[in-house]
Amino acid sequence: MPVIQLNINTAKISVMRAVDARSRKSQLVRVLTLSTLFVAAASIPANVRAQSGVVLGMCYGGGCDSKQHIMVDSVRGAGGDSIRTIISRDLDNSDRFVVISPVGTPGSAGGPLNYPLFLSFGVNGVIEASVLPSGWLHVELHDVGLKLVKQKQDFPLPGLPGNRDWRLALHGVSDSIEEWITGQRGIAQTRIAFVRDGRVWTVDSDGWGANPITPRGLSPKWTPNGRAIVYNILDDNGSPIMVTDIATGAQKALTSLHGAQDYAPSVTPDGRSVLFARNTPDGTDLFTMPLLGGTAQRLTAGRGRASGSPAPSPDGKRMVFASDRSGHQEVYISDIDGTNVDLLTTGGFGERAWRDSPDWSPDGRLVAYQGATSERGAFQIYTINVRDQFVKQITGDARNDDPSWAPDSRHLVVTSTRGGNPQLWIVDTQGGKARQLTRGLSSARGSSWSPRLTGAP
Amino acid sequence: MPSLSRLSLLLVAVPLALGACKKKPPVVTPSAPVVAQPPAPTPTRTETPLPPAPAPTNTGMDVATMRRLMLETVYFEYDSDVIRADAQSSLEKRVPLLSANPQVKLRVAGNCDDRGTDEYNIALGRRRAEAVKKFLTDRGIDGSRIETISFGRERPAVQGDNEDAWSKNRRDEFTITAGGDMLKSPS
Repeated sequence: MPVIQLNINTAKISVMRAVDARSRKSQLVRVLTLSTLFVAAASIPANVRAQSGVVLGMCYGGGCDSKQHIMVDSVRGAGGDSIRTIISRDLDNSDRFVVISPVGTPGSAGGPLNYPLFLSFGVNGVIEASVLPSGWLHVELHDVGLKLVKQKQDFPLPGLPGNRDWRLALHGVSDSIEEWITGQRGIAQTRIAFVRDGRVWTVDSDGWGANPITPRGLSPKWTPNGRAIVYNILDDNGSPIMVTDIATGAQKALTSLHGAQDYAPSVTPDGRSVLFARNTPDGTDLFTMPLLGGTAQRLTAGRGRASGSPAPSPDGKRMVFASDRSGHQEVYISDIDGTNVDLLTTGGFGERAWRDSPDWSPDGRLVAYQGATSERGAFQIYTINVRDQFVKQITGDARNDDPSWAPDSRHLVVTSTRGGNPQLWIVDTQGGKARQLTRGLSSARGSSWSPRLTGAP
Repeated sequence: MPSLSRLSLLLVAVPLALGACKKKPPVVTPSAPVVAQPPAPTPTRTETPLPPAPAPTNTGMDVATMRRLMLETVYFEYDSDVIRADAQSSLEKRVPLLSANPQVKLRVAGNCDDRGTDEYNIALGRRRAEAVKKFLTDRGIDGSRIETISFGRERPAVQGDNEDAWSKNRRDEFTITAGGDMLKSPS
């Protein structure tokens, strides 16, 4: 597992020293930071033991003190190897830890953990797990510095090892471990909906289990409870907004107005309404209607122009959407009823720019979107701070579209051509790391990240 | 005015072509037309702007030609719903055809290349279809005869990630949804 990567540009080197375990929650304290220049030519492997009680560590972009070094020990019981692999990968995918790949299994083998040995590897935390007779998983988090079990819990693992429900439950274990360490639950127990071959598919957050879930469809978005997905069909005879129940596979049309085309649905955080775009002879406008069915209400008056791709704020009071009302596509922000519209994104005067596909982060701070600064420039992903309009470019390789936030408000799933044909990639907006989520000859795009899926639908 | 002059050119050109056909048989041996005839229908569909009509009405175009003109795909520039000059010519040609056949109803389907989002391209395809509808209604065709639809970037004519493919996918396609059976040539 490629868990430690040396990034010369951002790497800082620190001399770390183990201090009195009882005096500090964190047993590693940075005592000295050397300049990046000093490290530029360094071929020092990360986490080299420098001398007794002092550990030399590498750290990256996010800051030296933020990333804990975690090791998942071998897991006893049926499917133990898979469990260890999946949890290690989940913790690595979170981009919030340095996951140490053990060579062999230092310490454990049933006996008490050899804390000094782990400490010498630069490990802060060790995960020990075993499958119980009931099939549940007993998990312990060891704080190496404090030489004690910081947290432990039994988790149910439904289904057979390796199957869909079992994997989703195991991702939930990873997310709990992450919460034990950082105070914030992880995002492994999620799925991503996307479009491939004109159908809506879902895939687990680690890339496993890509499956089509609708016969046809575009522009999927999860409902806030994660049990259903809204999407649309682009048909010769009417293009309705659809909703599919993930557990039963049932497909239901919410709109069916002949002569209009409804698309780009998005469900409000209370789960009651769906925002969508409707093509009419007068333009493309935003509408809203109850998710259980009812009358559609118009939210924008485009006057021949288009307003589309609506995304509500997490408090449900506001929304962002894309519109070409100024002559080119920009992202706008308004109240959820379409009033109080303001331009959110804008470039230099006279710039032929494009901005599209906004998605509001679950923590409410940022709006991600895709933008191109020249007419034929490739789209890249950006975030804009809703409060101060600070813009940050997230991607720079190839073409990147359709950002959708993970529940942690840190990761985005995007469509990218960086590996060849368009596929889904997950990008860490803080560290810049990207990993490929989908593969195949058929392109994947238009993705939507689910909320945390605590129950297994 | 351009439409009138073009139309008159067509009307002149057809009898000329027919005249040419009539002259040939007496000159050539009987076997020659049999050889010459079969390949003719194939190119008439795709290439020749105004082929000699095999079974013409008295005044002008045969049904196949009229259908072809009515259904000719028109193309657009990148991210544009502006009717290009070549598209204008193509659309102007079908105005008299549609006027002479008020029973005909058309569906105009806007399509896009695959750059940008699905959602943006559905809106763009709508604008492309509406632009053609407006062009035709401004020239006297009843708007109730023209239905518009957008397929965004979902139904590309050709696959490919290059300008050649993109330019072929930025288009309006036409379907006759009613009244296509009994086409009359404009007199």
